[in-house]
Amino acid sequence: MTWEIVIGLEVHAQLSTNSKIFCGASTAFGAEPNTQADAVSLALPGVLPVLNKGAVERAIKFGLATGAHVAPRSVFARKNYFYPDLPKGYQISQFDLPVVGQGALTIHVPASGKTEAYEKTVRLTRAHLEEDAGKSLHEDFHGMTGIDLNRAGTPLLEIVSEPDMRSAAEAVAYAKALHALVQWIGICDGNMQEGSFRCDANVSVHRPGTPFGTRREIKNLNSFRFLEQAINYEVQWQIDTLVNGGTIQQATVLFDPDRGETRMMRTKEEAHDYRYFPDPDLLPLEISPEWIEAVRATLPELPHVKQVRYVNDLGLSAYDASILTASREMADFFETVLAAVPKDAKLVANWIMGEVSAQLNRDGLDMAQCPITAQQLGGMLQRIADNTISNSGAKEVFRTMWAEGGEADAIIEAKGLKQVSDSGAIEALVDEIIAANSDKVAEYRSGKDKLFGFFVGLAMKASKGKANPAQLNDILKKKLAG
Amino acid sequence: MIHSSLAQLGAALRAKKISSVELTQTYLDRIARLNPTLNAFITVNPEMSLVQAREADARLASGRADALTGIPVAQKDIFCAKGWLTTCGSKMLHNFVSPYDAHVIEQFNKAGAINLGKTNMDEFAMGSSNETSYYGSVKNPWDTARVPGGSSGGTAAAVAARLCAAATGTDTGGSIRQPASLCGISGLKPTYGVCSRYGMIAFASSLDQAGPMGRSAEDLALLLNTMAGFDERDSTSLQRDKEDYTRDLNKPLTGLRIGLPKEFFAAGMGSDVAQAVDAAIAEYKKLGATIIDISLPNSRLSVPVYYVLAPAEASSNLSRFDGVRYGHRAPEYSDLADMYEKSRAQGFGAEVKRRIMIGTYVLSHGYYDAYYLQAQKIRRLIAQDFTEAYKQCDVIMGPTSPSTAFKLGEKGDDPVQMYLSDIYTIAVNLAGLPGMSIPCGFGANTMPVGLQIIGNYFDEARMLNVAHQYQLATDWHSRAPQGL
Repeated sequence: MTWEIVIGLEVHAQLSTNSKIFCGASTAFGAEPNTQADAVSLALPGVLPVLNKGAVERAIKFGLATGAHVAPRSVFARKNYFYPDLPKGYQISQFDLPVVGQGALTIHVPASGKTEAYEKTVRLTRAHLEEDAGKSLHEDFHGMTGIDLNRAGTPLLEIVSEPDMRSAAEAVAYAKALHALVQWIGICDGNMQEGSFRCDANVSVHRPGTPFGTRREIKNLNSFRFLEQAINYEVQWQIDTLVNGGTIQQATVLFDPDRGETRMMRTKEEAHDYRYFPDPDLLPLEISPEWIEAVRATLPELPHVKQVRYVNDLGLSAYDASILTASREMADFFETVLAAVPKDAKLVANWIMGEVSAQLNRDGLDMAQCPITAQQLGGMLQRIADNTISNSGAKEVFRTMWAEGGEADAIIEAKGLKQVSDSGAIEALVDEIIAANSDKVAEYRSGKDKLFGFFVGLAMKASKGKANPAQLNDILKKKLAG
Repeated sequence: MIHSSLAQLGAALRAKKISSVELTQTYLDRIARLNPTLNAFITVNPEMSLVQAREADARLASGRADALTGIPVAQKDIFCAKGWLTTCGSKMLHNFVSPYDAHVIEQFNKAGAINLGKTNMDEFAMGSSNETSYYGSVKNPWDTARVPGGSSGGTAAAVAARLCAAATGTDTGGSIRQPASLCGISGLKPTYGVCSRYGMIAFASSLDQAGPMGRSAEDLALLLNTMAGFDERDSTSLQRDKEDYTRDLNKPLTGLRIGLPKEFFAAGMGSDVAQAVDAAIAEYKKLGATIIDISLPNSRLSVPVYYVLAPAEASSNLSRFDGVRYGHRAPEYSDLADMYEKSRAQGFGAEVKRRIMIGTYVLSHGYYDAYYLQAQKIRRLIAQDFTEAYKQCDVIMGPTSPSTAFKLGEKGDDPVQMYLSDIYTIAVNLAGLPGMSIPCGFGANTMPVGLQIIGNYFDEARMLNVAHQYQLATDWHSRAPQGL
């Protein structure tokens, strides 16, 4: 009898606004403790929240990108609990009326030992705006706790999925797809080390055909690897517990990456009563159809739309299209290069997925750090397309560009890499070779076709590698034929 | 001088008949002499007040003076004022010196008014007698054995005793109008959203509203001109064109339709209060008004609705007072939970704790629908009653408080009796309407009686007109307590 795994994720994506969600303090990461804590962040007596429009715009973008309903009216609610890094004693969040309703996200689950790669659609329950808490620092305070309120009030979008995932691999694929999407649409920097993208996983197991099992929630997973490890550990723990006759209690657990284990934080009985109620300091959030349309106009073309276009209009393979849309930087780079050589999409794709990716890998860089600009690469590909340089010449131009910078034309000029495409010059050169190698010519003509390469080599050498190879081939063939 | 109107004082200052320093010193001297008896002020800081007075004199000398430039105004200790101890009447904030100004304080500073000191109040504005203040009860200047009302009791006593030219209050369920009534002064709670709540320590956010307290409707109009205004730091502040609240003061009242809600003239009101209010209505008839009987059927539910909603909001608003960042922290504690418990147990008084507990209860899982949501529904019905009523009348009148000032300690053991002293004022806050109280005579024990005037939304100018015309025809508002 098999077990079915059921996973739903709650992701907290930090929205990329410059200021906090309810005040003007900066959200920049890494500042000295409490230097970004203004009167509102400190919850001084008498201060009031004012909603950051940029945070709302980002939530709208997310709703549009996932085909979700953007609520014309949503409500901020107070979630009440005491903790030293929660300055007001409540978190402003959204409860029964979130800004974004049901949506969906298509995920690509990669092939594993047992299964082929496949696609799957995960349903999104909702996404809502809320503020982050500050940080409690327990080290270096001699038994006391330090409170840093720089992060308090940072805008978050909490994105809740349906329990649609059936394996850790699907959960990771979903998290990655979401991570790529929020960066793609420019609402979150996706920096997981800095906590800009954090996952909570609700995990349960059951026998297929029976109701879902009781879930446990694993809190605060800040890497895809930990997400996978934590789910796998938790699933095994739950199965073992059930197989041994135990029952699962609804609970919140933490993952300890050092030990690779989840451990109990609190049970449902110990859960807070958050006493949610609408925040009387904030009016209901009204979003007009005009506002939604204005935001839609700023939304970039989404990856799945691009993929279809790359295949249908540019003639690329589905594989190429998916690689080139893996990130916004990648797609932007591709499209900028393509603008220089609009008819040669395959050439552009090959160079980006080939030389560029290989060099980035070697140097441990990502697309955003690529030392060659898309314009530079485009300039070089133009010279391939118009036969100014050969492929081997191009590789040399590329290496020079990568190491030293510069424009293709200048490098071609400086290194003398321009191909000879003057048929008169090539003919003269071929004539000379034929005249000087009459014995080999005779052998060739008597049927020794393999000698053709020998002639090409000589001719290339004579041209110092600059002869246009296709042209040289044609001329050689014609002349050797007699 | 201490009996002069704000307009007269302003004119004297601008004419250099008196300096702001002299005027401020006059009041500071009166405070020094009388505050030990009345306890109307929590904090007086002559040095800071006189710095402002000297600045005001310079501004007066340069001819750039506004209506309130140089005039000493006392501030309820609920308003954060930069550099001033701001306690909100609580031990919890006994050491809190505000690093910033409330919007209302900024407005007075811009106008060149002098902050004369911070007035006593019920702790976190929770109370109707000023007896819940950590800084001791305030005495009614008309009879120091009696309460001044609350929560703006310090302000009301200070104005009545001429310890300031005028002052501010805040009103969540009657906290401007009821003490104004009990101390024989005028007070106005504007429409919700007219004055910014930024920097005003929150009690019940959806009900709290700042307003002026003074000796006449004319004074209130000048004060409101300064206090009102949109503030982007308060999301509930209303973006409206600036108004001159004095503009209609002198309009005749011919044709004014006054609605008298039968529910406000039923059992529960003292006969002395009824007599004074009836006499005031008779005076209005003489001034050309017509009287219309109206009904506010749901207003009888105001007190229970209020005592669900206000504590609910308060229980959350007061969570920030946790001893972590500012305010009182217990000197000794064993762990985090113990620090919270001890700090809050020591920092809050009994009435505040009672309301936090009520509020926590009504928001709890399983009770929220039955209490909070029900109360919100009834709140809408109460507001609809007023909307219906204003189809028939221009203003609504009735008593401000069912009785005149009661004795200190008289209702101390019975919170429900205390809550009922706001029975006529609370519905106005629930509906978000403007309401005011003006003196209209004296009741038993020769204590002042207040007439409540309730206007439609944004009808402050008309209400001030209605009050001013009455004050031209009568002199209740200019009576002062003897022996002060």
